Amino acid sequence: MAPATAEYDIRLIGLTKRFDDVVAVDGISLDIDRGHFFALLGPSGCGKTTTLRMIGGFEEPTEGRIELGGVDVAPLPPYKRDVNTVFQSYALFPHLSIFENVAFGLRRRGVKAGEVRRRVVESLDLVGLAGLEKRKPRQLSGGQQQRIALARALVNRPRVLLLDEPLGALDLKLRKEMQLELKRIQHEVGITFVHVTHDQEEAMTMADRIVIMNGGHIEQLGTPSELYERPRTAFVAGFLGASNLLEATVSGDDRVTLAEGSVVQLPHGMLAGRTGTVQIGVRPEKLRIGEGDTNSLSGIVTESAYIGVSTQYIVDTPAGPVTVYVQNDRTGGQVAAGERLTLSWSPESTFVVDAQEGTL
Amino acid sequence: MRVFHRKRWLTPYLLLAPGMLWLALFFLVPLGFLFYQSLESGNIDFGYAFTWAWGNYSSAIRSYRGQFERSFEYAGIATVVAFLVSYPVAYWIAFRGGRWKNLLLLFIVAPFFVTYLIRTLAWETILSDNGFVVRILHDIGVLSPGGRLLATGTAVVAGITYNFLPFMALPLYVSLEQIDQRLIEAAEDLYASRWAAFIRVTFPLSLPGVVAGTLLTFIPAAGDFINAELLGSPTNHMIGNVIESKYKELLDYPAAASMSFILMAIILAMILLYARAVGTEQLTG
Repeated sequence: MAPATAEYDIRLIGLTKRFDDVVAVDGISLDIDRGHFFALLGPSGCGKTTTLRMIGGFEEPTEGRIELGGVDVAPLPPYKRDVNTVFQSYALFPHLSIFENVAFGLRRRGVKAGEVRRRVVESLDLVGLAGLEKRKPRQLSGGQQQRIALARALVNRPRVLLLDEPLGALDLKLRKEMQLELKRIQHEVGITFVHVTHDQEEAMTMADRIVIMNGGHIEQLGTPSELYERPRTAFVAGFLGASNLLEATVSGDDRVTLAEGSVVQLPHGMLAGRTGTVQIGVRPEKLRIGEGDTNSLSGIVTESAYIGVSTQYIVDTPAGPVTVYVQNDRTGGQVAAGERLTLSWSPESTFVVDAQEGTL
Repeated sequence: MRVFHRKRWLTPYLLLAPGMLWLALFFLVPLGFLFYQSLESGNIDFGYAFTWAWGNYSSAIRSYRGQFERSFEYAGIATVVAFLVSYPVAYWIAFRGGRWKNLLLLFIVAPFFVTYLIRTLAWETILSDNGFVVRILHDIGVLSPGGRLLATGTAVVAGITYNFLPFMALPLYVSLEQIDQRLIEAAEDLYASRWAAFIRVTFPLSLPGVVAGTLLTFIPAAGDFINAELLGSPTNHMIGNVIESKYKELLDYPAAASMSFILMAIILAMILLYARAVGTEQLTG
């Protein structure tokens, strides 16, 4: 989907925001390609919302540039930026009808009445709410208001659409529905979406590129599978799903030795020149019971929890406690606490992060 | 307990009762009596008798039409001026006040810690012919030599504006303060300049406060007599002054009562027109 030649819609260069003595965003640089569904993911306070608000023009950067299509917009007020926002609380105008809410941006830009009508109807169609033009926002459900907020932003055909945790106020079922709906709409209109969320599942479902932020920094940027399969920091490994992180020492090309002495084979080039102490990681669902794969560890089962689709074990190995998810694809075969288990995994399922104390 | 549950429908009425009783006793009864009085005829020496004297109404309008008109003129100007002064102040406190909000509001209410009469008397001194205000205005040539402030319509309108300003400013503040800042951000996000966002979003959303403030200012201002009495001359007298002197000096109760009713009726008619113009929705918020 991304054009071969790098064509950036948004380019952040050394963007920094300080509130008094708190650094909310600490010199981030980021290129967002045209037409992508981009997610800014991170825990609350990581700077993702502040970053979005700076792109929208609601916060002035302390330092750095924000380029929209190659032009620095950092000094421009929101109304002079070719960007529209879907707010967390929707922020629909309570005194205006749905039609006037959606038409608001077009009217401010002096679009002719006939064109306004055509585009408002078209955009309400896009979000599946045609026919509600005469209602007031308070007469709509939360999910409908959410769609109107989307229509109100998209009707202006901005270069970039910013979404500030737009699904946060919806219940789980509606949220799942809207995730797929948003993805469909993004595909249909082809506008770059920048979506802020703290929900990793939401980001993985919708986005084709995810930026994980932590403490005002970018931890890692990549596709959902890159981030999941090859997290580069302990934070990313822990934030996107569960993972087992084990201390190890580099002992050769593509090879490390765990604390208890067993050797773990890594994918080629994974160490990327690291030496000394590192941490290796394996996702719980990539561990298999029994010998078979190249890498293995054994230990005593300390906990066993049946959770329907899988059974979760915690195995106390000499290298540390290891969590394993085993698919319940056969009846029986439960392992009880106290039994000894051997676990194995393939080199391809292993990733390496820098050994850092207290990142989680 | 069970009895209480069964009589649950009674609760709203029980809660309403004290207020209704109070209104009935101290508002409806005197109002009925006043209406009765407005249709009496006679004089203070031989006593008044109820004679369906509707002529009291027509003669009140005939004799005091000027004062009626002046009342609404002064009250109208004062309301507009109070609005123009209060809106920016209320806006600033609501949106930029930060942690000083309550202190700033206190400043608006502060004059109310002094009695109405005393406050107005203070203005009599401030605006007097040898006061510093007049002296400065003479010096910079705003007032011609011999020109004065006290005993003019300007002084009366200024006094009314001053005295009723908090009634305008506080409802405005409350309605502005309730506006979700994100709505203004949304307007600016949708290509509205600061001014367009104000006209299209902030102001319409503050309308309930505008309506409440203008009514709370205009209604008492139209019936006021203190300001005209202390800061004006007899040529600035409002209908309140006439009613006051009929009641307290001339003891012509039927004339005073009928004028009170005319004033009430005109104000009521104006509120209805106003409500229709801005929409009743704004009256209840």
